[in-house]
Amino acid sequence: MKLKKNVATSEAGFVFNPGTGDSFSVNQTGAEIISLLKENRSPEEVINLISSKFDAEQIQIEKDLDDFVSQLYIYNLLENQD
Amino acid sequence: MEKLKYERPVIRKMNTGLMNKFGSRIENEPVTQIDGIPVSSLIKKFGSPLFVISEKQLRSNIQNASRIFKTRYPKVQFAWSYKTNYLNAICRIFHQEGSWAEVVSGFEYQKALENNVPGNKIIFNGPDKSEDDLLIASRNNSLIHIDHLDELLTLIDLSDKHKLRPRVAVRINMDTGIYPKWDRFGFNLENGQASNAIARIMNDKNLQLVGLHCHIGTFILTPSAYSVAATKLCELARDVKVKYGRSIEYLDLGGGFPSTNKLKGIYMPGSDTVPSMDQFADAITNTLLGFGFRQDELPLLVLETGRALIDDAGFLLGTVLTNKRLSDGRRAIILDIGVNILFTSLWYDHKISPAQDSVQITEDMVLYGPLCMNIDMIRESVNMPVMEKGDQLVVHKVGAYNMTQWMQFITYRPNVVLIDTESNSHIIRKAENLNTLHSMEQLPEHLKNSGLK
Repeated sequence: MKLKKNVATSEAGFVFNPGTGDSFSVNQTGAEIISLLKENRSPEEVINLISSKFDAEQIQIEKDLDDFVSQLYIYNLLENQD
Repeated sequence: MEKLKYERPVIRKMNTGLMNKFGSRIENEPVTQIDGIPVSSLIKKFGSPLFVISEKQLRSNIQNASRIFKTRYPKVQFAWSYKTNYLNAICRIFHQEGSWAEVVSGFEYQKALENNVPGNKIIFNGPDKSEDDLLIASRNNSLIHIDHLDELLTLIDLSDKHKLRPRVAVRINMDTGIYPKWDRFGFNLENGQASNAIARIMNDKNLQLVGLHCHIGTFILTPSAYSVAATKLCELARDVKVKYGRSIEYLDLGGGFPSTNKLKGIYMPGSDTVPSMDQFADAITNTLLGFGFRQDELPLLVLETGRALIDDAGFLLGTVLTNKRLSDGRRAIILDIGVNILFTSLWYDHKISPAQDSVQITEDMVLYGPLCMNIDMIRESVNMPVMEKGDQLVVHKVGAYNMTQWMQFITYRPNVVLIDTESNSHIIRKAENLNTLHSMEQLPEHLKNSGLK
């Protein structure tokens, strides 16, 4: 569950995949998760770090992370996908 | 340190190109109450899923339709189409508002009698009338709409044997310029079947021909088709008068007016595409008034409108079981509402609203039912706020056909609740349970006391 190395991201929530030419926008939580994935954090770490920063139950974050990562997969943004 | 407000993580692909000229169609305005009762209270009290019918809306619909037709034509009679929704409470509301009963089977006929409808105010349609049905209807002076030649010959035979004088109408099918042309019911006008049937009736000493009937189709979006149908019935009535000297008492234009539901395959919502009741009334009454009947011989106009009078008075409340991401990236929401109770989802894109305030972020999603069957899909693609397990929602315009065509399959059929005009709720059909179903089953002796050891 690691973001592709060449994917460009910005703090403002802009994501660019030079491999496909696709651009994406993410909200604040999404941007936070993407930056943690770039740091190669494990899912548990991502959940803990998000829950320490945002006001949400860990179980909710776990469900949303699962869904968010499956979208990253669909958009071809994760390592070892090709 | 105070934590930041959490928002579900969202990623959206940015697309270039022309924008959709219609804008994005979203259905995310929450509907939190029905006739003053919160959706959450209804579900808490009566369970989920739950059919809810608004008596206020029902009465408003029939009163409005009556006003529209009666201000245009002096003799109008509505007959409630039992097959559209034959829950007794619903039928009785229509009968209170002056509607006769329009039935299509012996079972529906008995229901009408039990709803205290006088026999002479029951219209008996349909191709399946048994000899017993015909006898009872004849004795009750009901209006028997003859569907085919075998039925006509049976009725001639029965009336002779039992010394009865049944009041009959002939069901006519015809070309009104619309597709599909309904020609499986009744006698065809263009090929002469209808005239032959009328001749057979007029030559019989017992049968009394009092009406002519047609039902040109369903969910008709072309008011002019009714004008064609009315013209053809008027011409036939005139022919009967000229040939046999008999005045036809009523012309029954059947049903077929659409509701404002959105048919699958039509882009715009039903409210933008469906003609108004006034347009149908104009098409029919202008034809009748302009045909040239003498004032004292104007036929009674009978209408068997069902769907257009009840669809928007019915709601189906449900609950989200889960949401998931499909392998192609689409969002899927699983509801406790299946196609077995929402039969009309096969041909409508029903409007569905969340029943609670939700985030403004919407997604395209597919809505599935709870059945373990691939066909169990309520909406193939709808843009809505993402709902979580336990969230509630409201399916709109489900009053017609669902509570008669539903089937018990995998789960039980749920409660049906009527909200009266003073916002009191009443169960009008109880939810099924295991006992309901077991009460109809029987075990052969050799299978009793058996089981897996």
